[in-house]
Amino acid sequence: MSRLTALIVAALLALTACSGSTAQSGPKTLRMTVWTANEAHLGLLNEIAAEYRAAHPDVTEIKFDSIPADGYTTTLTTQIAGGNAPDLAWILEESAPDFVSSGALAPIKAEIEQAGELVPSATKLWEKDGELFAYPFSTSPFGLFVNTDLVGQLPSTWEQAVAASAGKNLVLPDFKYQNWAVLSAIWRGWGANAWSEDGRSCGFASREMKDAMAFIHRAIFTAKAIPGPGTTVDFFAGNAAMAVSQISRAGALKDAKFGWTLLPLPKGPKGDYAVIGQAGVGVLKRSKNAEAAADFLGFLTNAANSAKLAQFFPPARSSLLNAETLAKSNPLIKPEALQSVVIDGIGKGVVKPSHQGQEELNQTIRAALDPMWKPDADVDSVLDGVCAKIKPLLERS
Amino acid sequence: MTFWTYRRRDNLVGYLFVAPALLGSLAFVLIPLGMVGWYSLNEWNVLGGTFEFIGTENYERLLADEKLRESLVATAWFATGLMVLNLSLALLLAVLLNQKLRGTTLFRTLFFSPVLVSLVAWTLVWQLMLQPEGSVNGLLGLFGADGPNWLRGETTAMVSVVVVQVVKNAGLNMVLFLAALQGVPASLYEAAKIDGAGPWTRFLRITIPLISPTILLTSIITIVGSLQVFAQIAVLTQGGPGTSTTVLIYYLYQQAFQFHHFGYGATISVLLFVIVAALTLLQWRMRRRWVLHES
Repeated sequence: MSRLTALIVAALLALTACSGSTAQSGPKTLRMTVWTANEAHLGLLNEIAAEYRAAHPDVTEIKFDSIPADGYTTTLTTQIAGGNAPDLAWILEESAPDFVSSGALAPIKAEIEQAGELVPSATKLWEKDGELFAYPFSTSPFGLFVNTDLVGQLPSTWEQAVAASAGKNLVLPDFKYQNWAVLSAIWRGWGANAWSEDGRSCGFASREMKDAMAFIHRAIFTAKAIPGPGTTVDFFAGNAAMAVSQISRAGALKDAKFGWTLLPLPKGPKGDYAVIGQAGVGVLKRSKNAEAAADFLGFLTNAANSAKLAQFFPPARSSLLNAETLAKSNPLIKPEALQSVVIDGIGKGVVKPSHQGQEELNQTIRAALDPMWKPDADVDSVLDGVCAKIKPLLERS
Repeated sequence: MTFWTYRRRDNLVGYLFVAPALLGSLAFVLIPLGMVGWYSLNEWNVLGGTFEFIGTENYERLLADEKLRESLVATAWFATGLMVLNLSLALLLAVLLNQKLRGTTLFRTLFFSPVLVSLVAWTLVWQLMLQPEGSVNGLLGLFGADGPNWLRGETTAMVSVVVVQVVKNAGLNMVLFLAALQGVPASLYEAAKIDGAGPWTRFLRITIPLISPTILLTSIITIVGSLQVFAQIAVLTQGGPGTSTTVLIYYLYQQAFQFHHFGYGATISVLLFVIVAALTLLQWRMRRRWVLHES
């Protein structure tokens, strides 16, 4: 062995020796990654954490680490790869299959207070072999925010919504012509799906999807209701007639200078439906304090704290899913709206599309859909193209 | 005879002098490089925490990967466009600012200042300017032209990222060219003038040959830099529309950090390393052909 190789080997050994992990005893610190930087959200989380620490002196710090939603999962996995995994993490619904199936998360069912009352439609994504791997922290149906200063007649179908907001902007805040999964809030009304229930066959080329996408295309380029690519319009500043969003955004309307209301998603040709955006909180198996982290998760999500958190993050506990309880923490939204959007929505809703290997699917579909966002696009052939591209990815899993 | 002969003592002193630099490059260059090579032979599932030796499987995948070929084409377009535009703009500016006129210092500062601006801030400002209703199209509108949606068309998106990068960094090459131009003896120009050579001939026959070492240097820096472009792509286009601006390093980022294929990502970075090394070597070899003083 040459001297140089010997040196490298020695250095590598030294590096690995430093990073060996052992379970800690004594004072513990916990770190949880979240994708909100909203002060009200963090304030409430910190309040709950302080209460927990008062009862558990061995936990000296609980830190909520805000990572921007854009690229959240990428940052989280990079931290895990770099040996700097958090103890707890929020997980987006679209990454759920990857995290749950990979074995990165510790089982938590035993730590959850009254796990039996969790709504099955909310826990489905986070379960494997009867065990729960993340707590459905926020189960938030999409609704339609309407600026009543700009819209007279409230819409009950998508046709009416687009007609009423023509030239006045119907915003999909997180879409940005990238996050195509947001469009599921519309295409479900046509009965369309990104892929089949088992995740193995592509749904983009189906008749339902083609009709729904043709409708969306017309809403962008013919009716000029949905703002075109590269144009940013802020509903919450009063610049748009409508926005498809979740109740956690209602806080931004506290000081709104315009009249607004919240409606369930309009009906599509297939009638009534709901689409849910979800977030789970899981405990990383590799955390040195996994036990303490799971214990804190149990506290964070107990009935009392779930009720507090419900003002931002709709709970999956059936005991809390009634208009009176939700109204206490959501003074901005009328009880009827909470009933029709949140409570009915959770009951009948489908979670946004998610699949194993979601990020690769996301990017592939994003790229394949790009030709659609032009006035003269051939919608049907673009959608056939999407299926051609993702077929191998769907079949791989 | 003692162990510490003069020769040994001198050697020890020499080794001690180079030790800090050597340790630095060992820790931050050679070891990471070796580790990337090792990762490329493994399947590394970050989430599941598995790390499995798979031999040359990642390299076989590299050869069969159609998206990789698309990204190599995008990279070639980007590198060629950047190199041609950057070097010609930098040289043009340097020649113009090499005149003994009032105000040149101001213009030198002006053209160099983008180099000092934070890359991401620079790119974000350009992102706003390139929007359909942005100032670039506003400016075109003054001349009656209807500008495209720059970042949404396949060709215009590539042109946009190249131009954003050129305007950002041409000032650096400009300064290098200026220094080289000022090293060209004025007597040569005078002699050529007496012999009846016009400005264009003087530029081609005197300026270009005498600054050729700088042209070599700037072309190496620019081409290596162009292969490492990342922030502009991440901010402006995220590799789109379609895969038109997914250059190699962005594809590497997607595979490793977005799709969690760290082993395959490492394999792509080995490929990137080989390409950079080969291009640098090629340019270095070619210098004998076209750089004055090197034959």
